[in-house]
Amino acid sequence: MIQNPSELNRKISDAVEKIPAFPKSVQKLLQLTRDINSQPKDLVSVIETDPVMTVKILKVLNSAYYNWPNKITSINRSVVYLGVNTIKNLALSIAAIGVLPKENKAGFDIQRYLLHSLTVAGVAKRLCAKVDAGTDPMDCHIAGLLHDFGKVVFAQFMPEEWAAALALSRESAIPLYLAEQKAIGVDHAAVGAMLAEKWQFPNALAESIRLHHDGENCNSPMSACVFAANQIGKRLAAAPDDSNVEELPPAVAAHCGGDLDELLDSLGDLSKAVEEARVFSQIGAAS
Amino acid sequence: MKIKFWGVRGSIPVPGPNTAKYGGNTTCIEIRTDDQELIILDGGTGIFPLAQSLLGEMPLTANVFVTHSHWDHIQGLPFFIPFFVPGNRMRLHGAYDFVSGRGVEQVMDAQLQYSFFPIREAELKATIEYVKLAPGEAVQLRTASVTPVLLNHPVINFGYRIDANGKSVFFTGDHEPYYNIYDAADESFREYQELIEEKEQSILEAVAGVDVLVADTSYTVEEYPAKKGWGHGHFDSSIDLAKKAGAKILYCTHHEPTRSDSELEQEFAKILARHPQQSGGPEYRLAREGEEIEI
Repeated sequence: MIQNPSELNRKISDAVEKIPAFPKSVQKLLQLTRDINSQPKDLVSVIETDPVMTVKILKVLNSAYYNWPNKITSINRSVVYLGVNTIKNLALSIAAIGVLPKENKAGFDIQRYLLHSLTVAGVAKRLCAKVDAGTDPMDCHIAGLLHDFGKVVFAQFMPEEWAAALALSRESAIPLYLAEQKAIGVDHAAVGAMLAEKWQFPNALAESIRLHHDGENCNSPMSACVFAANQIGKRLAAAPDDSNVEELPPAVAAHCGGDLDELLDSLGDLSKAVEEARVFSQIGAAS
Repeated sequence: MKIKFWGVRGSIPVPGPNTAKYGGNTTCIEIRTDDQELIILDGGTGIFPLAQSLLGEMPLTANVFVTHSHWDHIQGLPFFIPFFVPGNRMRLHGAYDFVSGRGVEQVMDAQLQYSFFPIREAELKATIEYVKLAPGEAVQLRTASVTPVLLNHPVINFGYRIDANGKSVFFTGDHEPYYNIYDAADESFREYQELIEEKEQSILEAVAGVDVLVADTSYTVEEYPAKKGWGHGHFDSSIDLAKKAGAKILYCTHHEPTRSDSELEQEFAKILARHPQQSGGPEYRLAREGEEIEI
């Protein structure tokens, strides 16, 4: 178990540089950049559906070099600010690292991870648009997309420790985040939030990642939306190694305007959101 | 404040009889404050004749502001003679490039390499400082303040507003008007439109009320659709910016390299017929190499 959080912090944040993106988005990006008639919006949709590319682009743009009037929280904003060619070239430099391997030592199912993350992103965006006019639905989309990013980091850089946490979760029938706390000393929510803070992402985004297993403390619309969307997402498309759907604590239910069943009713047909997630999460044949 | 155009051509130098009147050198503008402080906007090939004019002033301090790193805005820098003379002080200002991960020093490093140029950056005799700018954060010079504004081009491009002794000039560098990347029926269309409007508003505030606006006017509005996404403006977009920002004089620059003097004047005449100058509105002019104005 790693006892020293600052050592873990350094080890992980250095390592994230080397995480490759998902096979399908890399393949799609290369296809788009070879096609002279490709549209900028297609590029945005590729980046927006890959947590690794999204994280890396936001990380570069929110770094201390520029003091933006607003933090950059969406790929669309990054395109307006920096132009599509700059964003394309940033994405290409990420694609050049390679692709996330389908098999990894931790036995982490990256396809299911992506399906779950995209489902939660889609649900969080819809939920946000419904419940709170003051929060940008695209910010909730990003928060949903990135809520489990800590798992990618664990799988990639601490596969043995994380495999032990996964085993503990299965064998003792406890939620994965608790097993991670026991086996590693820190859970994926805390690691994801720590990185988001280190990269100067907006506070609300880091907080939503941190609290996605701690509904009692979800006091902002974004964190409540992400918590609820994660539970709904688990019903619709279970996260790898975490199919345990929790009831919404009062704080979350109050923000979102109802319990899980009521929210599912009010959101209407989510099959389109799940289908979109499914299409994007399929690993390309080339992998 | 004095403004002198040393290079007004876009993309590539085009010397020859067809461009003798407006000039074939690429972008370079000299600004002098009332106190003779020297500010140079971009180091296209126009910086070479500018350098010749400075030989009697050395030792000098030059503040060079690079709008962006494309060749036509930097290719004259290796021939800026004051770099080679001890006692001169050069301050090169520019953006951090997110893709290369480097600051403005890369425009010198990239050009002054063995295979491409006989002298290395380390061998330059002047004192050289590289200043990394952030959008919206003004740089205070001795008698002027220069504010970078992030504009729209395929590489990071700063427009610069220069304020000195109550006078002001804004130079766009290369800039294309923003356009929505979504179709009106797309879910993200409105969100993107709002982002564009917010950005446009911030640009208008930065340009507001300038005495002189020098704007990238590469194309005609008829030519533009075929060049969409290339990062350049057209006569109508420059006029629109000048009007909305309340600029007193608009200089159209970055002339398309294949455009001859007579074609440029013909196009400009058509523009003036379509946008007659109105009293109190901006006055429209074509930037011409060698022209100097005092404001």
